[in-house]
Formats: sequence, structure tokens, C-alpha cells
Amino acid sequence: MRHQPLTLLKKAARSAPGWFRSLSRKQQSRVGRVLLAAAVLLLLQFLPLGTGVLSALCYLVPYLIAGWDVLSKAVRNIRNGQVFDENFLMSIATIGAFATGQYAEAVFVMVFYQTGEWFQDYAVGRSRQSIAELMDIRPDTANVEQPDGSLEEMDPEDVEAGSVIVVRPGERVPLDGTVLAGESSLDTAALTGEALPRDVGPGDPVISGCVNGSGLLRVRVSRPGGESTVARILELVENAGEKKASSEQFITRFARYYTPCVVAAAALLALIPPIMTGNWGEWFHRALIFLVVSCPCALVISVPLSFFGGIGGASRCGILVKGGVCLEALAKAGTVAFDKTGTLTRGQFTVTDVEAVTGFSPEAVLEIAALAEAYSSHPIAQSVRNAYEARGLVVRLSGRKGLAARIKDVEETAGFGVRAMLDGREICVGSRRLLERCGVSVPPGEPEGAAVYVAANRTYLGRVLLKDLPKPDAKAAIEDLRRSGVAHIVLLTGDGKSSAAETAADLGIHEYYAELLPEDKAAMAEKLSQDAGGLCFVGDGINDAPVLARADVGVAMGALGSDAAIEAADVVLMDDRPSKLATAVRIARKTMGIVRQNVAFSLAVKAGVLILGAAGLASMWLAVFADVGVAFLAILNAMRCLRVEEFRDDASTQP
Amino acid sequence: MKKRYQLTDLDCANCAAKMEAAIKKIDGVKDATVSFMAQKLTIEADDARFEEIMDQVQAVCRKVEPECVINR
Repeated sequence: MRHQPLTLLKKAARSAPGWFRSLSRKQQSRVGRVLLAAAVLLLLQFLPLGTGVLSALCYLVPYLIAGWDVLSKAVRNIRNGQVFDENFLMSIATIGAFATGQYAEAVFVMVFYQTGEWFQDYAVGRSRQSIAELMDIRPDTANVEQPDGSLEEMDPEDVEAGSVIVVRPGERVPLDGTVLAGESSLDTAALTGEALPRDVGPGDPVISGCVNGSGLLRVRVSRPGGESTVARILELVENAGEKKASSEQFITRFARYYTPCVVAAAALLALIPPIMTGNWGEWFHRALIFLVVSCPCALVISVPLSFFGGIGGASRCGILVKGGVCLEALAKAGTVAFDKTGTLTRGQFTVTDVEAVTGFSPEAVLEIAALAEAYSSHPIAQSVRNAYEARGLVVRLSGRKGLAARIKDVEETAGFGVRAMLDGREICVGSRRLLERCGVSVPPGEPEGAAVYVAANRTYLGRVLLKDLPKPDAKAAIEDLRRSGVAHIVLLTGDGKSSAAETAADLGIHEYYAELLPEDKAAMAEKLSQDAGGLCFVGDGINDAPVLARADVGVAMGALGSDAAIEAADVVLMDDRPSKLATAVRIARKTMGIVRQNVAFSLAVKAGVLILGAAGLASMWLAVFADVGVAFLAILNAMRCLRVEEFRDDASTQP
Repeated sequence: MKKRYQLTDLDCANCAAKMEAAIKKIDGVKDATVSFMAQKLTIEADDARFEEIMDQVQAVCRKVEPECVINR
């Protein structure tokens, strides 16, 4: 029974030679030594060696095979003044076991310890690697167009803003820029976690890290390589380890006192009780068990590994977390405050209704509005045209019935609207004030949201009503947050009371604060962060950087391309869907749960073995399990943080 | 000045924590983090004495884990 793990390991090594070859040299030699030592140990069990010097010498062979480096490191570290280092502790414990005649036990402890060390190494390496793969979004080369039209391959880092690059089908976009020519669709999966193709054509911005679809694109670079979206994202994730969470600091601080204390306890255990009872050998053995249990690495490694996994898993979902401390705060947040415009709502107007005076059809009113604003670049004009086209009608600019032939004397006043001659009639399309200025009498009554008023020949015809509608997944996101336990959800906005109330009611938010100036928002954030658990503020990062900074966790949304947001926020959602916040909270909570499990589990097992060991009920086998086995289980548990498929599926099924 | 260094062969999490504590004690170091997972040292120290401080950092690290190399 005691050899089972070793035989299993051997089997695994035989059945997976390819896997063995994938290990680093150092790891290969470690595995080889462990296997050899285990084999020799097994062999020695069948030899009639007795308990004499011959036996000791025979067991010394596998002991040294497995543990010579531990011994040499222990000696070296003592010379450097590092007394409580685990090599030293393991050396003393095993040498002690040898000295008391427990040869097989000493060898086994060393073999098992080395196996555990190797596994730690392997697991940590693997999780580093999987995060590196995750972050493999930086293209190695950019095809830069030279003045003579030829292409030169360059390192994206060296490309300057203003250069023109060519992105071939299937290639990753190396730098941020604007499309000059070509049409294609971009796959943003690596950045946002969602495989949603985005169509781009001339004039559209493209973001580095996306994969180009089937078209060839010529792109003017807008930012030098060092500042591209990809470079910034990578920097952010790579440096996430700097902001250590309080649980990580707790465990390292704990380890600093834990080891000396347990070693001191071991010394006392070896000296005090035998003075009274006289059984020196037995108490010495119990003290050795203490030394094995006192190794701190199992404790220390599980926490940062969990956070690392959680941060990596989140980035796989298009959620960038700036460090363990942010993940911790996100999991704790008792209050979530949303900015309204651009965060919960689309941030652009959609036509919700068209009113017309009697004798006129809403279509006619909409047509006049759409035609008058055909040349305008104002966002509302764009929305009106979209609504017109959505009804199957097209604004034709040329031809006999084209717009160019029908409309004349277009005169646009910024902030007011358009005056023009359409089919020989004088039309006014725009704000109430524009129409009043043109001498049109407009019936009273202010609608919610925005309105475009339409008049022809100084007679009021009707108005087009527009609203900033909530994003399609906003309601689900709020419900999702409630389900995952965030009870206090607040809406903050600079907009008027009526539109704030309406959005809040639509989305099922019971508390809102309207007409807030940016500084009011910051003050509000200050106040809300007094609540239990702290405040998580979600904004689009455009003008709420101070609020993002003030909140306990600032979440910036739709950060593709927004520098200020990436700088100021603690958590960055790569796309602009509020449901990602619920996903982020879940990942954070799962990670914190795993961290707590690991800390509690390793502390409990270590404490348990210490008690059993002091009482003489634990063997050294159990002690080495308390060290290595616990690390093993904690690492396996920590690796769960990396698994986020459940959240990804959840996110992609939502509209 | 704040600088980041890649570390090679930083093999144990507890050593990383020990290094961090030791580096923070060096005179002139404002803040330091050793991330075991990222194998990175981030250090903020006096500009004028930066190189000299880094020599001390290197010595301290070698004491804690002799195999660990700071890639400067």
C-alpha cells in the first residue's frame, strides 16, 4: 500500500514518454531520480538486511539519489544565514530518522518530498504556460508599407504612428489604427472572450489583437507599437502580481512566524517531555515530525497560484483584473453603482416614436426629417436616418428622384438643426427653438428623451421622439448580479430625473441619483463606499475616471481603445456588455472561495498533524503528506480558478 | 524610479516572500514586490543610487535563493 503512489507514477511515466520529454531538463532529472530511488527502496524491502550498518549503507543509496541536492542546498543556505529553509528542515528530519534507525522511512520521506516539489514545479509551470498562451495575442511582425509601395516586415514595437500597414487575411492586427482601404470582418475573441465578428471598412478603427477575416486591409497606424491596445493589455496582466491581495499578504506573514514557532516547538518537544519521562528516542521522533510539518511552502504557494489562476481565467473572458487585491475587492463589494449613459444604456439615441398632426402620416414626418438631415453628421441625425432605413426606405442621394434633385439651400445650425428647401417647400427640422426661430408655433409639452421637430412652410407637422435605450443585456445583468448576492444596486447619472427614473424602472433598479455633476458622482461614490463590503463602480471610463479611482473597485467598460479607462480602473471589461460585470463578480467570488478553502484546508491539516504528532499518533508518512500532499491538493484546487468555461457559455448565450 | 525585472529560477513561493521582505528593508528602496507567479521583481527606489541599490538587491536575493538570477 505504501508504494502505491510510486508505482502509479512509474506507470504514468511509461505510458506518457511524450509528456516526459515535454518537461524541462531539471524536471526530467528530478523525476528520474525519484523513480530510481523509489525502485531501489522497493528492492531493499525484499532483501534480508537486518538492522545493522550494512542495512544503513544500503538505504543511504536511494536516500542520496533522491535527496543529495536537498542536503547540499541546506548546507549552502545555512552558510547564507537562512536557517528555516525547507531544505534544511527536510534534511534534519530525514537525517534524524536515519539516526533513529528508521531508514526506510527516511528514504520514503525524501522521495515523497521530492515528488511533491516536482509536482509543484510542474503545476506552477503549467499554469504560467496556460496564461502565457492566453496572452498570446501580440503579433510578432507588422507589414509596413514603404514609400515605394513595397512591404517590409517590422517588429510592431518599432512602427511609428502614421505609418501604413497591410493586414492579410487570417493575420492578427498588429497595431491600432484606421482602415484606409479594404473590407473585412475582425474576430475580437482574443480580446473580449466572445467570437463575435465585427465588420470594418474604410474609416473604421481597428484594434490590435483582433484576427483579420477574409479581406485584405490597409491600415493607418494611430498609435506607436508600445502604446497599442495589445501592448497595454499585456502589460496590465503581466503586472497583475504587483497588487497583492490581503489574503496573500496574510499567508506570507503567517509563514514568517509559523516556521520558527513550529521549529521551536519541535525543540521543546525533543527536550522537555523526555526529561520527565526519559523516553528520548520516542520524543525525538515526534520532534522530527514537527520539523516536516513546519515547511511553509504548501501554504504560501496555494494563495498566489489561486489569484493568478483567477486573473488568468478572467482575462480569458475578456475581463482584465489589475491584481489580486482588485479581485478580492470585487468579490466583497456590497454595493454596485452603475453609470447610466454608455454603461447601462447604449449611449446613443434610438427613434422610439413618430408623432404627426392630423392629416399627416408619421412616415411623411420621418421622411422629411431623414431627408433634411441626410448630410448631417450629428448622432441624432444618424439615428433618424437609421430609423427611416429600418422601415425599408432608402435615402437616395442622386438620380431623378434622388435627394440632390429635391433638396436645396441646406443650412445647418449646430445644436439647432437644419433649414432647407425640399420639393419647393421650406422645411425646418430640429429643436423646438429652431422652429420657434423660424416663426413656427409648436404645441407645448416636452417629451422624455430627445425630439426632432418637423415643420414645412412654417406649419408644425410633427416630431420624431428618440431615447437612449438600455443595452439588450442590461436587465439580465442586473438580475444576474442580484442572484449572485449583490443586494444594493444604484444608478448614477448626470441626466434628468425623468429619464433616470425610467431607465431605473426598466432595469429593475430601485435606487437612483440623477442630475449629478462629475464631482457629485465622486462625492456619491465616497458616500456609497462607506457601505458594508465597499463600492464597485461601473462606468464607460469616458469622463468618470475620478469616480473609478474613488470607488473600492472601479470597473471600466468597453475599454477597447480608451486609455483613461484602462489607467484609472481596477477591472477592465473589454467589451461594453454590462452582463460581463456579473461574470467578473462570479469569477472573483469563485477565486476567493478557492483561496479560503486552500488556506483553511492547509492550516487545518497542518494543525491536525501537529496535534497528532505531539500525541505520538502520527507517523512521519502522515507528516510528509501534511506538507507535500496538502500542497498537491491546494494546487489542484487553485487550478480550478483557471477554468471559466461555465462563465463563458453563460455569457455567450445572452443576447 | 520604478523598474521591473524578470527573475529566472525563482523556485519557491516562500523564498519569493522572504526576498520581498528583505528587499524592502534595503535603504533607499521605497517599495518592492516579488511575484512568484509572474517571476517578476518590481522595485521603486531612489534614482540617484539605483544601480547601487540593485547590487544590494542582487546580493540579498542570492542569500535567500542562490539559484535565482535577476535579469538586469
